[in-house]
Amino acid sequence: MINATLKQLSQQLATGQVSAVELANAYLGRIEALNPALNAFITVDREKTLAEALAADARRAAGQAGLLTGVPIAHKDIFCQQGWKTSCGSKMLDNFISPYSAHVIEQCQAAGLVTLGRANMDEFAMGSSNENSFYGAVKNPWDVNAIPGGSSGGSAAAVAARLAPVATATDTGGSIRQPASHCGVTGIKPTYGVVSRFGMVAYASSLDQGGVMAQTAEDCALMLNVMAGFDERDSTSLERAREDYARDLAQPLAGLRVGLPREYFADGLAADVGRIIDNAVSELKKLGAEVVEVSLPNTQLSIPAYYVIAPAEASANLSRFDGVRYGHRADEYKDLVDMYEKSRAEGFGSEVKRRIMVGTYVLSHGYYDAYYIKAQKIRRLIANDFAAAFAGCDVILGPVAPTAAFNLGEKSGDPVQMYLSDIYTLSVNLAGLPAMSVPAGFADNGRPVGLQIIGNYFGEAKMLNVAHQFQQVTDWHSKAPAL
Amino acid sequence: MKWEVVIGLEVHVQLNTVSKIFSGASTAFGAEPNTQASLVELALPGVLPVMNKAVVDKSIRLGLALDATINQKNIFARKNYFYPDLPKGYQISQMELPIIEHGKLSILVGEEEKVIRVTRAHMEEDAGKSLHEDFHGLSGIDLNRAGTPLLEVVSEPDMRSPEEAVAYAKALHTLVTWLGICDGNMQEGSFRVDANVSVRPFGQAEFGTRREIKNLNSFRFLEQAIKYEIQWQIDTIEDGGKIQQATVLFDPDSGETRMMRSKEDAHDYRYFPDPDLLPVRISQAQIDATRADMPELPGQMKARFVEAFGVSAYDAALLTSSLAQAQYFEAVAAATGQGKLAANWVNGEIAARLNRDGLDIAGCPIGTGRLAGLIVRIADGTLSNKLAKQVFDALWESELGADAIIERDGLKQVSDVGAIEKMVEEAIAANPKAVEEFRAGKEKALNALAGQVMKASKGKANPAQVQDILKQKLAQA
Repeated sequence: MINATLKQLSQQLATGQVSAVELANAYLGRIEALNPALNAFITVDREKTLAEALAADARRAAGQAGLLTGVPIAHKDIFCQQGWKTSCGSKMLDNFISPYSAHVIEQCQAAGLVTLGRANMDEFAMGSSNENSFYGAVKNPWDVNAIPGGSSGGSAAAVAARLAPVATATDTGGSIRQPASHCGVTGIKPTYGVVSRFGMVAYASSLDQGGVMAQTAEDCALMLNVMAGFDERDSTSLERAREDYARDLAQPLAGLRVGLPREYFADGLAADVGRIIDNAVSELKKLGAEVVEVSLPNTQLSIPAYYVIAPAEASANLSRFDGVRYGHRADEYKDLVDMYEKSRAEGFGSEVKRRIMVGTYVLSHGYYDAYYIKAQKIRRLIANDFAAAFAGCDVILGPVAPTAAFNLGEKSGDPVQMYLSDIYTLSVNLAGLPAMSVPAGFADNGRPVGLQIIGNYFGEAKMLNVAHQFQQVTDWHSKAPAL
Repeated sequence: MKWEVVIGLEVHVQLNTVSKIFSGASTAFGAEPNTQASLVELALPGVLPVMNKAVVDKSIRLGLALDATINQKNIFARKNYFYPDLPKGYQISQMELPIIEHGKLSILVGEEEKVIRVTRAHMEEDAGKSLHEDFHGLSGIDLNRAGTPLLEVVSEPDMRSPEEAVAYAKALHTLVTWLGICDGNMQEGSFRVDANVSVRPFGQAEFGTRREIKNLNSFRFLEQAIKYEIQWQIDTIEDGGKIQQATVLFDPDSGETRMMRSKEDAHDYRYFPDPDLLPVRISQAQIDATRADMPELPGQMKARFVEAFGVSAYDAALLTSSLAQAQYFEAVAAATGQGKLAANWVNGEIAARLNRDGLDIAGCPIGTGRLAGLIVRIADGTLSNKLAKQVFDALWESELGADAIIERDGLKQVSDVGAIEKMVEEAIAANPKAVEEFRAGKEKALNALAGQVMKASKGKANPAQVQDILKQKLAQA
């Protein structure tokens, strides 16, 4: 049961083989046993979970169950959820019980998914290793000395360790794909605007996008059917006809044009990761895909552009955490400014402070044009690169990260090294494109490696089709760590 | 040295939408603190702004009324600063591409018309309020006002006196209330003025250093504050000092301005486009549709009053100082066919009496029908001006019509030639001295005689007829 996919759990619930309460208890038991070592969850609340599970069973008994009613889910602690602590991995929000729910949570509740708990994450989604959480680092279930990736490290570790069959996540610069890759699970970041940002604590508004992680591409498609959709409370939410993201899963790949960006296979890519990606491409060729070389010449510039734009937006987005209305407030202060300074100095961790300072700097009078405007121009160039590449291919393939998961503590003292490891994921966010990470093998050190699939705008169904077909002929996605 | 004053105004016009600019919360004034603060105004984690289309519609109206350029692409920007009544830590405003640019507004100072250029007007959200009085040693925050839509209307430094500044502020106030986009209530902060004031020696091309007087919420304070500030700046310079760029506050109790912050502690607001809001695009079709739906504007109505009713440009400007007043006048003028008389009465007695009683035209005790009844009786010679004023007093105090009052009080003017001739002859006979003086060339003596006739008639004799008949009789004798 614990290794079952969403699809299988859905069937077991439908046939009455298992109840939502039994499922919830099984996963809660596993979380109680394994979470102390993995630290994948910030909050677990057995009572709340069981109440939701009971309601799901009642709904099923009343004949009102949907496909996923009763299926347990972990929510990244970035999605506001009514009645639950929504900490965003920060001391700043350690006391914040959300009075409302994010659109993503509402959609999951409407589908009858049962909340298992709130997944750990890098503070305010800033990080690539999950070492920036106020609640401590998450451990990689494949190797507790390794990072799980970030910022959705709790979500990835929970799915990998089978503490949850599925987990919500968010991706601002790779925060779904990179931990999915490092933990050997399947993760999807949709086109910007497909999933509402309402109720998602904002890091960098023009880049943030909600998504999901599960064992398989098919599970991701089912979840996207639940999570996606127009929401008038988010002005950047796209008003489009509803679509079934699973509709093309079974399509054969014959004639599929797969683009390989030469910049993604250049210096800096670890040899073992490169081999794994090559093998994955070979599998797709066997399925009838045809490979074309493409170029994304401005890939290198994605790092400076991202690390200007994201901190700039973050510096304003995080201003609301001022100790006035909610969140952490310093115990003692002598005046208003002192209260602001102490509350924020105590409430934020060092990476968050670093990005607020960088963002404040690049928006300052006299620097704005040289940094922010320039970065926006690069952003346009990067989007143009993708447009040119997609003129000759249907999907783009490449690595998610230059290496498999590095060790805990290995890069935490050197932020620039950490930023450089985001090279293959940032461009996608800057362009607003959809992308996935699909388990594709194991590195020489035994840690998982994901294949990145980048789709064109609204190409989710196509990407999921490619990933699903790949998963029909490989079994990397069904491998679980020994725990 | 002779000094020239340079003034530019920034006016915060609160738009009278039902809900806030970025949320569905109510904008009604006076509710219990924080009862009109939604998740968005509280700036909870994860909430997002959604643009209220009515704000755009109302802004377009002002743009058209100012004969301005309406920018079809609008970008919202974040203006970053920390303050407890600014819950997000930034205000959503417009920096580049404001909705309105290059407008103009004509004002009347004395009898002189002047055009003031409007640089721009941009849409933004208001902040909440900090309450320092009610809590011992603590400050309270009321976010009811947070998110109320504002249009900040910025003029060029085109005004050269406090009177011009007040005339501009009043003209803009008239316009926004006329258009129905703002309730104009200055006590409640619906129309707040910041004045940028500087002085320079006459003939100097460059502007002097300006100081900005913040948050003036009455025309009287605006005038007082600017006058004080001008004198302070001139005194400072003449005493050998220099003006430092600064923001100042006006204290109505002392009548003085005092420094709030200098340029050195000016904020770097770090404006950048708000990524939560897409650019608001305004189609030409929407602008055209709004244009077709615009009411007749004060300037247009003024020109029509001059044309159709023969009133002076000055009177027409006064009559169009509010839509209600203009409509009042037009109803009276149309009913009587006596535009000039109607204008004199509306701008004269009615205005003075309303002012005395602290009323506005909507609260005028004399409706248009009753005023028209009075004017008809003046026009047909039934009433002299003097008698008309008596009738007017009675109209103000009662519900009766003019004719009923004339009847009741016996106030009909005597225009019967025979009756007047008789009174004139009696006056001539009774005042030989005055007659002699008149004949010796003393014109004033005529008035003394006319006065006697009027007195004899108890004020009812037609004064023009009295004059004519007097001259006639004196020439004969």
